[in-house]
Amino acid sequence: MAFQSEEDKKAYWRKNLNLMFSLLVIWALVSYGFGILLRPVMDAIPVGGVGLGFWFAQQGSIYVFLAIVAFYAKKMRALDREFGVDDD
Amino acid sequence: MDLQTLTYIVVGLTFALYFGIAIWARAGTTGEYYAAGRGVHPVANGMATAADWMSAASFIGMAGLIAFKGYDASIFLMGWTGGYVLLALCLAPYLRKFGKFTVPDFIGDRYYSSTARIVAVICLIVASLTYVIGQMKGIGVAFSRFMDVDYSTGLYTGMGIVFFYAVLGGMKGVTYTQIAQYCVLIFAYTVPAVFISLNLTGNPIPQLGFLSDTADGTPLLVKLDQTLVDLGFAEYTAQKGGSFNMLMYTLSLMMGTAGLQHVIIRFFTVPKVSDARTSAGWALLFIAILYTTAPAVGSMARLNLTNTIQSGPVGSAEGNLVYAERPDWFKNWETTGLLQFEDKNGDGRIQYYDDTNPEFAAKAESFGWKGNEMVKVDRDIMVLANPEIANLPNWVIALVAAGGLAAALSTAAGLLLAISTAISHDLLKRTFMPDIGEKQELMAARIAMAGAILVAGYLGLNPPGFAAQVVALAFGLAASSIFPVLMMGIFSTKVNNTGAVAGMLVGLVSTLVYIFTYKGWFFVTGTNMLPNTPDNWFLGIAPEAFGAMGALLNFVVAFVVSNMTAPVPDDIRHMVEDIRFPKGAGEAQDH
Repeated sequence: MAFQSEEDKKAYWRKNLNLMFSLLVIWALVSYGFGILLRPVMDAIPVGGVGLGFWFAQQGSIYVFLAIVAFYAKKMRALDREFGVDDD
Repeated sequence: MDLQTLTYIVVGLTFALYFGIAIWARAGTTGEYYAAGRGVHPVANGMATAADWMSAASFIGMAGLIAFKGYDASIFLMGWTGGYVLLALCLAPYLRKFGKFTVPDFIGDRYYSSTARIVAVICLIVASLTYVIGQMKGIGVAFSRFMDVDYSTGLYTGMGIVFFYAVLGGMKGVTYTQIAQYCVLIFAYTVPAVFISLNLTGNPIPQLGFLSDTADGTPLLVKLDQTLVDLGFAEYTAQKGGSFNMLMYTLSLMMGTAGLQHVIIRFFTVPKVSDARTSAGWALLFIAILYTTAPAVGSMARLNLTNTIQSGPVGSAEGNLVYAERPDWFKNWETTGLLQFEDKNGDGRIQYYDDTNPEFAAKAESFGWKGNEMVKVDRDIMVLANPEIANLPNWVIALVAAGGLAAALSTAAGLLLAISTAISHDLLKRTFMPDIGEKQELMAARIAMAGAILVAGYLGLNPPGFAAQVVALAFGLAASSIFPVLMMGIFSTKVNNTGAVAGMLVGLVSTLVYIFTYKGWFFVTGTNMLPNTPDNWFLGIAPEAFGAMGALLNFVVAFVVSNMTAPVPDDIRHMVEDIRFPKGAGEAQDH
């Protein structure tokens, strides 16, 4: 048994899921939202002669994806340690 | 030194490097053959994943696609990178903790069902095989254009090289060669982009250059829009397709990416679960370097191409390029047939405009133009011809040839490895001949690899007519069949064997039927039941974008069926709970 208790196991999983869902909301927002559905709104902010929506579709979403993955890896490492289930 | 010699030297050097690595990284055990001994550093694995992922289509095709589709091609940029978020957050760490070698391994064990395992094997073999045909074609085309050999000689050479390092080294050999191939391909992609960006905008960073101003003070994209509209083409930055279709298409590509075996198995090679998370990040970083450069390359190539042909004001007699004075790259590509000119109005000049636009066609007639004279502009030539169009030095052109070959070879090797593993491990060892020992399994893996190379080579030489269509099939299948059962396998303890098999079959069949309805049964032309146009599509969803819908059906059916059938046994529930945290992955079960 890796966890101290059954409650710990549940708490760890819940925290993981919360983090995951929040990040997936951002993931969907920048790509499907800013890049596609909300493009008309976002394009009010000019970037490079076009608009922010266009920028998110061709550049910005990819940068945010990178940040999401990096952030998740970092946060989960801390969470693993907190619950003593890390693999170091 | 002439271009030909230079190309031979550059390509020869890169090949020598791949051979050297292959000999150094021979595999001795199945653990090394399937998962590179689980000793690959996360950064190195990220690089190998990037090379594995970025195929001839990414290297050669994508910028061309963006050049001609403009904003609408954003779905490929977001779809093929966003899938890594799903991988990193939802799949890779858990599958690594599970600690076996393949995706069917997980599906078969988690759903305690050989049927589920076999359905997964079939899906992944179909997806990988269709995908590999495109790579084989890419190798043949790149060789024949740059080395002045014919297509089949090029293909045999490529097969020989892949055979050598994949059969010898398995995952270990493939991984380390892919690292070298990544370096070659990313260098080859970014160098011309930097030069072109500098030429057009004065900014050496392409990601910023395509948002900067050109020499006359107008932003590059505004200028491109204007140039295209002046010739009757659609605006580059405008949206042409429906929003919902774009959304579904992007989602399908993302789910498909996360469900492709050759990508997932890369995360089995790292030592720890936490490494699988970071490695996905590194992979995405290395991929993002190319994917954020591509829109710059696409837009600049389109502008350069259009301006080369329409060199003066639209409508003036001297505004168009004289055919007899066309540049060398134009002649080179004409001989390949990928660029074709027809002097419709007999003025000896080239008119390149959109003659399907009725408003502009009338205007064109008043100029004395008799139709678009660039009868064929294959969009795949954009990246390859780009350095020549921009008058870059010969060594840059030679480098692009080596880069294109590296991209095609690395992806082909990764796919072939996924196929051979599925046959030797999932079918032989886990299903039909569980008693074979490690030595025999390793031998079987090598024979399967050799067989897969021959089949892929044959299909590359005799590409089925539908070769261009099949990539949609690969992503559709992965998104609708594999991705959902992996997700449910990890995040639900309720979905059982019957539910998973039913879900996979429904996802698979619905997607196939939808694609075939519009593209013809098994892609045979004329057998489609509805015309493949947006107003006939269900909810406006293109056949290529249906994978996400298939996935949704898969989820729903799996949950409903699981609720009506026997619950998941306790030992499987414990197994699922056990893969949800990293500790203990070190004792991964090597059989």
